[in-house]
Amino acid sequence: MSVNNELVTVNFGPQHPSMHGVFRMRVTLDGETIVDIEPVFGYLHRGTEKLTEERTYVQIVTLTDRLDYVASMSNNLAYVSAVEKLCSIEVPKRAKYIRVIVAELQRIASHLMATGFLLQDLGTFGTPLMYCFREREKILDLFEILCGARITLSYMRPGGIFQDTPNEFWSELETFMDNIPGQINELESLITGNEIVLSRTRNIGVLSPEDVINGSLSGPMLRASRVKWDLRKANAYEIYDELDFEIPIGATGDTFDRYLVRVKEMKESIKIINQCAKLIKPGPVRNEDVPLVIRAPENEAYAAVEGPKGELGFYLVSDGGISPYRCKIRAPSFMNLTLLKEMAIGGKIGDLIVNFGSIDIVLGEVDR
Amino acid sequence: MYGLGLFKGLSITLKNLILVNRTNTIQYPDKKASILDLAKNEKKNLILYIIKNPLNTVKSFLGLISITQHAPQHPRFRGEEFSWYEERCTGCASCAKYCPLGIIKIVTDQTGKNYQEGQSYDIETFDIDIGRCMFCGLCVEACPYDALHMGSGFEESQYQRDNLVINVEKLKKTEKKPSHWFRPQLASKKDYSPFDDEVKWDSVGRHQKPTQKDLKNKWIRSDIE
Amino acid sequence: MSFNQLYIFVGDLLPFLPDQIVFIFSGLSMAITICTFILGIGAIYTWFERRVLAKFQSRVGPNRWGPFGLLQPIADAIKLILKEDIIPRAADKSVFIVAPIIFLATTLLVYSFIPIGDDSQLGGLNVALLFVLGITSINALTVFMAGWASKNKYAILGSIRAVAMLISYEVPMAVSLMGVVMLSESLSLVDIVNSQSSMPFILIQPLGALTFLIAAIAEMSRAPFDMVEAESELIGGYQTEYAGMKFAVFQLSEFLTPIFTAAFFTVLFLGGDSGFSFIPGIIWFASKTFLVTSILLWFRATWPRLRIDQIMGFAWKVLMPAAILNTLLVGLEIVFLNENYLFQILINSIVVCIFIYLIANILGQKKLILRNPVPSELANMDAN
Ligand code: SF4
Ligand code: SF4
Repeated sequence: MSVNNELVTVNFGPQHPSMHGVFRMRVTLDGETIVDIEPVFGYLHRGTEKLTEERTYVQIVTLTDRLDYVASMSNNLAYVSAVEKLCSIEVPKRAKYIRVIVAELQRIASHLMATGFLLQDLGTFGTPLMYCFREREKILDLFEILCGARITLSYMRPGGIFQDTPNEFWSELETFMDNIPGQINELESLITGNEIVLSRTRNIGVLSPEDVINGSLSGPMLRASRVKWDLRKANAYEIYDELDFEIPIGATGDTFDRYLVRVKEMKESIKIINQCAKLIKPGPVRNEDVPLVIRAPENEAYAAVEGPKGELGFYLVSDGGISPYRCKIRAPSFMNLTLLKEMAIGGKIGDLIVNFGSIDIVLGEVDR
Repeated sequence: MYGLGLFKGLSITLKNLILVNRTNTIQYPDKKASILDLAKNEKKNLILYIIKNPLNTVKSFLGLISITQHAPQHPRFRGEEFSWYEERCTGCASCAKYCPLGIIKIVTDQTGKNYQEGQSYDIETFDIDIGRCMFCGLCVEACPYDALHMGSGFEESQYQRDNLVINVEKLKKTEKKPSHWFRPQLASKKDYSPFDDEVKWDSVGRHQKPTQKDLKNKWIRSDIE
Repeated sequence: MSFNQLYIFVGDLLPFLPDQIVFIFSGLSMAITICTFILGIGAIYTWFERRVLAKFQSRVGPNRWGPFGLLQPIADAIKLILKEDIIPRAADKSVFIVAPIIFLATTLLVYSFIPIGDDSQLGGLNVALLFVLGITSINALTVFMAGWASKNKYAILGSIRAVAMLISYEVPMAVSLMGVVMLSESLSLVDIVNSQSSMPFILIQPLGALTFLIAAIAEMSRAPFDMVEAESELIGGYQTEYAGMKFAVFQLSEFLTPIFTAAFFTVLFLGGDSGFSFIPGIIWFASKTFLVTSILLWFRATWPRLRIDQIMGFAWKVLMPAAILNTLLVGLEIVFLNENYLFQILINSIVVCIFIYLIANILGQKKLILRNPVPSELANMDAN
């Protein structure tokens, strides 16, 4: 007896509970098994790269907030580094420390969100997600003390940060730093040892080191596949060379490793922030020689930082005017998405969703 | 042992169920008051309060009493009630030029004023389209005369888009409660809170009039090699 | 008041009516009362579940409408009734409409078998256990009806999953009940409760109770087996196309099933309404049911979902052997140990521990062990 199989094509997204925004996948299914997927994106395209061509260099900072809207600080940092490189602007020491502190806080916030949504995709009824959000909320509170906004921060300026930290920030930071390691440990004991999580994520969506390097992935995705590469060490920007921290890597490159690397990175970030808070000294936070309207020399520059999602780079070309001639954004989410097909084909629908969740994309950055 | 992780997870969720102080939800704009809240409000012992106010006790049990609650804001909050000082504004339109969205519209009247001797232009139009504003605060950063400040309000929803445009009259009328955003002189002022206190125009700036040096630092240099 | 009392009361009140009409009238009024009562409990349970789930997640939960948000179910019902009732154009209309009704009807019907107090209506039926099992498996059919009639791919995927899962779990569930039947020597639920007066069955056959509980959770497709409406994968499963009152009916039945499962578990393994001291049986019954529902809720708040092949594998590879082992064990004990309960409890607890340990190792604990990471040679920044 022969069974007549017919393939089904299902649209996942753009309106779907676990599509992390408006991503769309056209999935061909053989029963529950995935035969083919075709990603479709661009629903959130706002033309950021084009918009930069008619904004002055400082105004573009507000645009970068809206790229990866769960990690605005890292975007700001990447962009202002590019401008500083382009115009060779000096940054005061204190500003560098503050930048590192906020960037690492942002990394914790972003990883908390990634972990929470990965668990949501695994089918918990929102419990780990709510715990993650509870902690992320405290980080957003810290950001509000710093710059009066919670998501779209516009905190950094070429040549430093916009204004020195208020006094209450440091005491609040201390209480937060006392609290967060316990919370992360609790999160870990809720998730890491859980057999259901393990059996859902171990050996699922395995990517070999060759795959990830050929796909030019970066960030936790890269490090989970045993590739030890982190711009914070490889290209020690700001003051990362003075700090002592580890680069965690995964063992096999499966979905579980991607989760575990994120959790370990959060712990390293805590270490970094504690060191910075000890080392920081009073001083100026903004290079006073930088005018509000910068006229960059005819030049080009590429600067990248290790954002929460991977290597976030800005490539600026200037023609001597007050706005860039061309701006190219290397968005880590977009690059990391390229291997989704390799991860998903042959798996079940449940695996597809979990793999997708483990990439941790933000559509604002993918579509730009 | 296999299966232990599952029970570890159960213990964590139970812990969070029992520890009530883990919840940090702020119920906005108001919250159903429990008897505990009411007693705390009047700074009384719980039992004393119940004996004295049996009616309130029953009411609060039925969920009929609500107390207003506000989200905690920080002094640097970038809100939409812009504080604009007519006396300080010169009509230079730096804010308008500097806004990334170009949503500030300024029209000045030059007739009848001797602006070359330090007098300012007469501001005829000063429109800020709040409906498109993203509260980046760059206009505040750009203002060289400390005439424009961010406010702390955020409850300005309207039924019509037109009503979202703030014009000169509205700007003049609003209570002047400037936020600390990019105004270190306000932050250094002791016991000034942007949520309660108003500030007069003459005490809000860094200086009475910008000196030539200030102006130079901010505006004249155009390249930085 | 029981049916018989009502029947006699109405007969005395209106002696001129023919007997059949009195019978039908009193039966109907009894049924309506019970249904309303159960639906009320279901409504309160929705509030309870949402509220406790919120506390588990350190949220607040519904608290605006009425004391502690107790009137929330009413607000929800009003909202859902007022919503537009959408039927997709491509849907099979009659089946689409009938599916939620059958679902609710079967859910309500099984409640009448639960023996509470000494005056239970259908629990004394001599095949009550089989009857309940039969009716609960109709749910698989209704879910498939709803999914098929919606003409939506998510709905069809969900309903195919439902059918596959429900049919698989029916088997271990039924087999795990063999132990109960053998011990009480009856299929009637009242007899089962009565035979537990000295010792609840959960102690005598913990393996059976565990198997039954897991199978029942899967049967009503709750976390961690909520494959059927797996929100993050299939949006709403078979409910995707439903809106308004039909959706409300589905939701209500879905909230009623855990209560029924808890009550059924109480009857089969926790000794129903039997308890010690002067507290009335109904309180015992309610508190035991409440305990079981709370535990189910706790599981739901904590654990992620399993994948479809893991769920099916679990049914056939773990639960089925467990159920058969339990039956074998109980049978042997009935023959050789003859009501020596303490000895049985001892043996069975040891067997449960050994079984879980063995299954854990066979299921591949080794696969899940974390290895130490070794940096790849391809790009290592420490190397240069
Ligand atoms: S806050 Fe930003 S967007 Fe709003 S008016 Fe000022 S510069 Fe423009
Ligand atoms: S920049 Fe300041 S002084 Fe100039 S027009 Fe704007 S508010 Fe007035």
